[in-house]
Amino acid sequence: MKLFNKKNILSFLAVLIIYAIAGFFINTGFIDSYIFLNIVLIGINIILAVSLNLITGFTGQFSLGHAAFMSIGAYTAGILTAKLDQPFWIGIAGAALFASFAGIIIGIPTLRLKGDYLAIATLGFAEIVKIIGLNTEYIGGATGLNDIPRYTTWTWLYFCVVATVLFISNFVKSYKGRACIAIGEDEIAAEAMGVNTTYYKVLAFTLGAFFAGIAGALYANYFYFLKPDSFGFMKSIDILVIVVFGGMGSIKGSIAGAILLSVISLFLQGIPELRMVVYSLILFLIMVYRPQGIMGKSDFKFFKKRGVVNVYHQSK
Amino acid sequence: MSIIKVNNLSKSFGGVKAVSHINMAIDGGEIIGIIGPNGAGKTTFFNLLTGIYSPTSGEVIYNLDKEVSSKSFKPHKMTGYGVARTFQNIRLFKNMSIIDNVLLGYHNNMSYGLLSSLFRLPSFYKNETKAYDEALKLLEIFNLLDKKDELASNLPYGEQRKVEIARALAAKPKLLLLDEPAAGMNPNETKELTTLINWIKDEFKLTIILIEHDMSLVMGICSKVFVFDYGTLIASGTPNEVQNNEQVIKAYLGGE
Repeated sequence: MKLFNKKNILSFLAVLIIYAIAGFFINTGFIDSYIFLNIVLIGINIILAVSLNLITGFTGQFSLGHAAFMSIGAYTAGILTAKLDQPFWIGIAGAALFASFAGIIIGIPTLRLKGDYLAIATLGFAEIVKIIGLNTEYIGGATGLNDIPRYTTWTWLYFCVVATVLFISNFVKSYKGRACIAIGEDEIAAEAMGVNTTYYKVLAFTLGAFFAGIAGALYANYFYFLKPDSFGFMKSIDILVIVVFGGMGSIKGSIAGAILLSVISLFLQGIPELRMVVYSLILFLIMVYRPQGIMGKSDFKFFKKRGVVNVYHQSK
Repeated sequence: MSIIKVNNLSKSFGGVKAVSHINMAIDGGEIIGIIGPNGAGKTTFFNLLTGIYSPTSGEVIYNLDKEVSSKSFKPHKMTGYGVARTFQNIRLFKNMSIIDNVLLGYHNNMSYGLLSSLFRLPSFYKNETKAYDEALKLLEIFNLLDKKDELASNLPYGEQRKVEIARALAAKPKLLLLDEPAAGMNPNETKELTTLINWIKDEFKLTIILIEHDMSLVMGICSKVFVFDYGTLIASGTPNEVQNNEQVIKAYLGGE
């Protein structure tokens, strides 16, 4: 028995049960449209944070351009569904493919840079994407792209989030993911052990962009309306904050971070004047008292003690 | 037939000739020692052998699986050519477990694609299980089996060295380059390491080149020793010959 060990079956059931219960509450109106809006935002943020974590947390490549991949995905899905009347799944697939293609194009030249140089280069890329968006008439320019059909439902959202988390955690637990983690740890040693560092950096970047594109598609088909400004520098920083807050290199941390930060800012809406002050204060305190993020590197420990291969070995 | 040929190899950094006009030929199945005072160019020579630097002039030719010249060396291709190495200042993946460190050594021997890793297709389990079993065996050889889940940074220095050697062996090399394997070890550990290196040479049918300052280790196991000084090769021969070579004594102790 390989795939069907106890842990996998239990998680599979848990995933279905959460889906059914939440779906029931949404359909019966117990979760109103305002709360659902926030659930959509949390879901999108989880996808963005987990995919950025692959690039920044695991592979150690400091990227400040993640929102650009999201915007490429969002506009692709917007054009496909609003202008070309395609179904949603084509919108999502197109968004993911286009964003990952952009990831390859940007990754190959910039990933030769390291640390802060890479951060500045990706920041520049994000600005270029934004300015192209502002100046292209076909997608509405600065006024934005309107009348995108609302296809994002609970089912689409939930299974896109599950797929992202599943694929990225499978990836980091494979030898390819191990190579990426090794690059983040020590590039020279990774190279000496036979890891083609450029290839794996571009691979991580492309995969991250792929899922950011999906997040963009979900966003576009929920909010009817897109404008280039929503995917600026601040959006990239927001995603990075979730990743650092949750813990670099921890997928569970990114999920927890996305949920917690959204809930915190939701509660703070009662005090609009002090909202950003308190929010920043919370971030500040977390970073002072828990610099490794709320979950630290707990995924790694989990992987070591009860990871796929180990589980498989014990259950043999 | 010699498996490594070094032809007139030079490397300069600006005006500094770190390595100049080295010629050597090394036969398979031996343990070769490279010694010399600090700054003699030993590590630069290693970096030339592993593609981290490309030579200013001259070339290195390996004849392990097939003939490869230093013109096509790239650091990440070396394990594919059958060459693995360790580093002078241990370069383990500190936040990864010992077993993961060793598993990384199998990188080039893994053969499943991106889809298999995303979807966990059967080839994922087949490859990972095989590598995992082999990694356990390697750790057993190095007496590290009970520490396999420990983070690399939590191990004492001597054991980190061993993990690094285990990781290099995981790449299934024909030629193993050890950069100061006994640095930071106490005399007992060095003794143990000496036996171990000898044993892995026979067990894995390796050629080993090592840089070392610990003469007891070098004189104990090397069948041939090369002595570097100021980037040039000043002597070579059996440990005994080298020990009595006047130029070597001068390089180490100074002279008129």
